[in-house]
Amino acid sequence: MSAHAEIVRASAPAVAERQRLRLGMFYVVLLPVLAVSILAGIAIGSTPIPWQTILHVIGTKVLSHWVSTAGLSDSDIVIVWLIRVPRVMVAVFVGAGLATAGVIMQALFRNPLAEPGLVGAGPGAVLGAVIAFVAGWTLHSVLALPLAAIVGALLALVLVYAMATRGGVTPVATLLLAGIAVGTLLSALSSLLLSLHIVDWQIAQEIVFWMMGGLDSRTWTHLWICAPFVLLGVAAAMIQSRDLDLLQQGEETAASLGLDIEASKRLLTLTAALLTGAAVAVAGLLAFVGLVVPHAVRLVVGPSNRRLLPASALAGAAFLILCDLAARTLHPPTEIRLGVVTALIGGPIFIWLLWRRSWESGGESGSAGQ
Amino acid sequence: MNTLAAKNASISRNGRCILRDATVSLSSGQLLSIVGPNGSGKSTLLRTLAGLWQASDGEVLLNGQPIQSLSRKDVAKRIAFVPQESLMDFSFTVGEIVAMGRHPHRGRFSRETATDREAVENALERCDVVQLRHRLVTTLSGGERQRVVIARGLAIDPEFILLDEPTANLDVEHGLEVLELCSTLAKDGKAVAFATHDLNAVARYASSVVLVQGGKLIDAGDREHVLSRKNVEEVFRVRAELVATDEGHPVYVFHRRTENYQSVSE
Repeated sequence: MSAHAEIVRASAPAVAERQRLRLGMFYVVLLPVLAVSILAGIAIGSTPIPWQTILHVIGTKVLSHWVSTAGLSDSDIVIVWLIRVPRVMVAVFVGAGLATAGVIMQALFRNPLAEPGLVGAGPGAVLGAVIAFVAGWTLHSVLALPLAAIVGALLALVLVYAMATRGGVTPVATLLLAGIAVGTLLSALSSLLLSLHIVDWQIAQEIVFWMMGGLDSRTWTHLWICAPFVLLGVAAAMIQSRDLDLLQQGEETAASLGLDIEASKRLLTLTAALLTGAAVAVAGLLAFVGLVVPHAVRLVVGPSNRRLLPASALAGAAFLILCDLAARTLHPPTEIRLGVVTALIGGPIFIWLLWRRSWESGGESGSAGQ
Repeated sequence: MNTLAAKNASISRNGRCILRDATVSLSSGQLLSIVGPNGSGKSTLLRTLAGLWQASDGEVLLNGQPIQSLSRKDVAKRIAFVPQESLMDFSFTVGEIVAMGRHPHRGRFSRETATDREAVENALERCDVVQLRHRLVTTLSGGERQRVVIARGLAIDPEFILLDEPTANLDVEHGLEVLELCSTLAKDGKAVAFATHDLNAVARYASSVVLVQGGKLIDAGDREHVLSRKNVEEVFRVRAELVATDEGHPVYVFHRRTENYQSVSE
């Protein structure tokens, strides 16, 4: 017993040291990867652009007083500044938003395999967008589609919440079931609208493409729609990071430690729905990003949400830029839909995590002798 | 002197009354035990006292103030609740878990203060988990977990400590340690209450006892009075034998009732 305690005592500081080291290593690896993916996302495409030109164009836009446009062709400026930079930046915010929403959902449902769409926000956003297509609003304004999607996400959340709440109390298990039920219903309504308009091939094609997710022809407008919601959502999540830690210990424990759990759950699901809505609004449905990224990052940086949230947001950004790069370059000249790529990459990772989890918990219960 | 009191409190869940008209009071320096068979309402009474479940009738008073009129945070600063089962699905370190006990004292944007750190250190020491500080809670044994969760409660630096079946998952040695700790805390002036069905633990440590059965208080008061052979036999539906020990407290030995059993009351 005392020998065992000695060993534990001797190795304990090493464990803390290793944790700090892992967090440090995570950023040492991730930040350069993010920077390189941003640069690669802008450089690589049907017209390759050298990185010097990219930095030059960005310089003329950001530091226009000091950097002249001399030596740059108009087409370089258009490709870099009007096509690729907004596309990559939208990927940054969508990836960060989905990963952050995933962190919130996984803490709220105390399940490391929960995902952002669980409270109906994903299917709600899709239905909003499909209505915008079918009603022809998308022809009038570029804002119609994303706004309809965000409104759809929030209305779906309100519906799910109303269904799951009784006497001011919203048990997470009921919330989950209501989310799945409403999500399935809303998805069916989207499919219904799609099948009713399948004869109008142009609308149907747009809907189908959009449902598969993608970042083609995204403009600065899309960035301005999505970025404020994502920044707001990530900030709100960071402010609630300790509440998320407490909720991961179970609702009763969280309440006994002073958390107003009903208010906290409302605010957190609202934050997650806004993030999901904003992401779906500009990028369509992207499977697995909000599920796989937080889970994988947690394995490296640990479960503390103060560390996990920013790390997941940045990792989500890098993951989505790289997926988008793959979508553009794997099968030229056709772009593979981004949602297909995230699912093809995320799916196997998810299966591996599941397999690893069941293997681990099997080992755990064995060693605990229960 | 701090007091926590339930006055004619009743609790209904899903339309069923699971605690009826309970009047209990707990004050500084007291070690109160809530005793009863499985499903008798021990945990319900404890949660009601902790303000986690709201009484449908009657009220709970914290130093004379209705507990529902206080904010969740104000209640949490003064009452620590230690659940029987703790969810430990995420691999936080023991240090992180115990530091969560400081949550009610911290503002949303405030950093950890020297007082916070000191309270965490004290709690780790009292529960003998200092050496586990950097371990992941997912790798702990049941007994270690229980001590970590108690440490989290102590880190609050509360006036009242309510423990639900604190020894249920512990081996004999650690069970005794936890009960000794409860006893020391009460001697230090904290008000401590624990729910249990381990009558021998109660006989050894508790100063006062509340006996519950079927959601109703059967008896409350001094241990010798409440845990009389008659009460124990009636509530637990067994034949009980009281054996004196060298240390002064009695030990209960239980036997199943046989066909021709006659209650002591008859």
